[in-house]
Amino acid sequence: MSQHHHTALGPEHSETSPLSIHDMTVAYHRKPVLWDIDLDIPEGKLVGIIGPNGAGKSTLIKASLDLIPRASGQVNIYGKPYQKQRHLVAYVPQRESVDWDFPVSALDVVTMGLYGRLGWFKRVGKKEREKARDALDRVGMAGYADRQISQLSGGQQQRVFLARALVQDATLYFMDEPFAGVDAATEKAIITLLSSLREDGKTVLVVHHDLQTIPEYFDHLLMLNMRVVAVGPTEEVFTEENLRKTYGGRLTMLAEVGHKLEKHL
Amino acid sequence: MNDFWEALLRVLTLADYNTRVVILGTSALGTACGVIGSFMLLRKRSLMADSVSHATLPGICLAFIVMVHFGGSGKWLPGLLLGGLISGLIGMGLVLLLRSYTRVKEDAALGIVLSCFFGLGVALLGLIQKMSRGSAAGLESFIYGKTASMLSSDAMLIGAVAAVCLLVCGTLFKEFTLLCFDQDYATSQGFPAALLDVTLMSLVVLTTVIGLQAVGLILVIALLIIPPAAARFWTHNLRNLTLISAAVGAFGSAFGAAVSAVVPRLPAGAIIVVAYSSLFLLSMFFGKTNGIFIRLLRQRRLNNKVGSQNLLRALHEIVERSGREQVTFDDLMAARSWSTAYLRRLIQRELRLGRLRTDDESYSLTTGGHEEARKIVRNHRLWELYLINYADIAPSHVDRDADRVEHILNDQVVGELESLLATEYPASNCPRCPHSQVAS
Repeated sequence: MSQHHHTALGPEHSETSPLSIHDMTVAYHRKPVLWDIDLDIPEGKLVGIIGPNGAGKSTLIKASLDLIPRASGQVNIYGKPYQKQRHLVAYVPQRESVDWDFPVSALDVVTMGLYGRLGWFKRVGKKEREKARDALDRVGMAGYADRQISQLSGGQQQRVFLARALVQDATLYFMDEPFAGVDAATEKAIITLLSSLREDGKTVLVVHHDLQTIPEYFDHLLMLNMRVVAVGPTEEVFTEENLRKTYGGRLTMLAEVGHKLEKHL
Repeated sequence: MNDFWEALLRVLTLADYNTRVVILGTSALGTACGVIGSFMLLRKRSLMADSVSHATLPGICLAFIVMVHFGGSGKWLPGLLLGGLISGLIGMGLVLLLRSYTRVKEDAALGIVLSCFFGLGVALLGLIQKMSRGSAAGLESFIYGKTASMLSSDAMLIGAVAAVCLLVCGTLFKEFTLLCFDQDYATSQGFPAALLDVTLMSLVVLTTVIGLQAVGLILVIALLIIPPAAARFWTHNLRNLTLISAAVGAFGSAFGAAVSAVVPRLPAGAIIVVAYSSLFLLSMFFGKTNGIFIRLLRQRRLNNKVGSQNLLRALHEIVERSGREQVTFDDLMAARSWSTAYLRRLIQRELRLGRLRTDDESYSLTTGGHEEARKIVRNHRLWELYLINYADIAPSHVDRDADRVEHILNDQVVGELESLLATEYPASNCPRCPHSQVAS
């Protein structure tokens, strides 16, 4: 696989790529969970991220967004570090990562997408609430704005999360398992939304689990299992061999060495 | 007895300077704790305050020893509180360090810090008793609290700290909300979660330390946990939650302080916590959004609705099958497995609601009742058809499944069912019973 070189950040890393990761290793408690990730994501694509449990899919996103420290390596968003490009990036965490019994309404959650732009101390005003309502409308949830979030179904909660990312008006989207546990109607709504984002020239990275829908949903694919197995246009990399490498054994060495590092270092 | 009423009047009118100080001081404390406690509850960190409050004891004792060593009496309150503040912060820091950098989980870390610091504090108290200089008398009041002896300078200090806490919570309301709801998302938007966290935790330590004198380090946790937990039964709105929590805190504290002023020898700290618990119980039972009674009431309403829908459908189906408008009690008894008493109750209610009329031991639907029954039967059968056609459920089983669901179908779902099954059953049309179709 030609995409897995160990090169210095140089001409082969595009300055305009929405996301370029250079030689990134991420560890939890010294145990590496991602090894030497090196890739460029092209602009304006729907990119699927697949891999088995523990492959580091969420970790890749979190490390790219500086949510967890990197043991080594560098991440650039449109050629610059994330801190300088925050306004261009929207993040949809896994739905289970928050407490849906929290005493806020759907609209409140969506306005959270505007907090960053509002900045410190400033309060949410009419303009923000209007934007949030528009975003809720785009995900088909206009009628649920004032609902307390615990009263929403799983699919509806997921749509609220998407609306919160939409309202950020970003150009690069990270979505962690937006399709997990949603009903068919929501899945359709999400995929329509993803397509419309692509039509607007945005880049969307989506952690996905359902292999059957991969060719239909995504132009580009990142196959991950603690290291990059393959990355490229779906029709080129979505092969049986790559799937076997992603989901089959083979990584026992990486896991074992990781375990040793944790114990002995 | 006259003395009692006189004392009560004096307390209620805040006539005594001392009572005034104590009630205002504890209310300010209760308000601040109520607001900060709301965020702690939502951040699921309520127990952190318990560790912090116990961790203040060694600091207080050390401050005493140091002050005595330099020739003071050791009883200078700001000095003692500063000592408590420092060791409280150290305790909190240790919890966070243990949790982040070792395999120790948060609950264990909280327990370790709480017991170690408290044990150290008690040991230091013993040492102080043995010291030749300075009298340790009074230091125990930090453990159980000593509200009644609050001085106006203490109340002022509490008021000032409470004001600072409220101000910070007010200005950082949006940021704290985001931190408590979704920390990663807050970070991704550029809000430093660690800094916000430290700010919030510092407020907790601050209120805990000033609350020590009022209710003591064992009970101060009640001020931070109970008001927001009680408020949660009244609202789904975060702003209202903090306001209600502040009100519960202020009222409970004032009440406890007042009672202990009227009845001598009752410890105010304990009475305050009892007052809080009463407010909590009240909220748990009668809370407007999550209280037990409102939930029982909703359940009852649903049961009533289910019962009356079942009755109307049974009637409608008997009429449909037999062609008779008049239906007897026995006909209805045979339609479902319900008890005589239950059926009688259902019939009585429908008669009262005017959906049923009776003459000569038999019953028939009124115009309104007929309309309602038709709608219910239609929903039931649409759902049955949906189950048969889309969910692959055997026709002989659908009645039981549909039976449970039909009562909660709202207009939106019915609309979707109609559009799914539109070709076969346009809106005006009531489908025939699918399982009897199969049977015939």
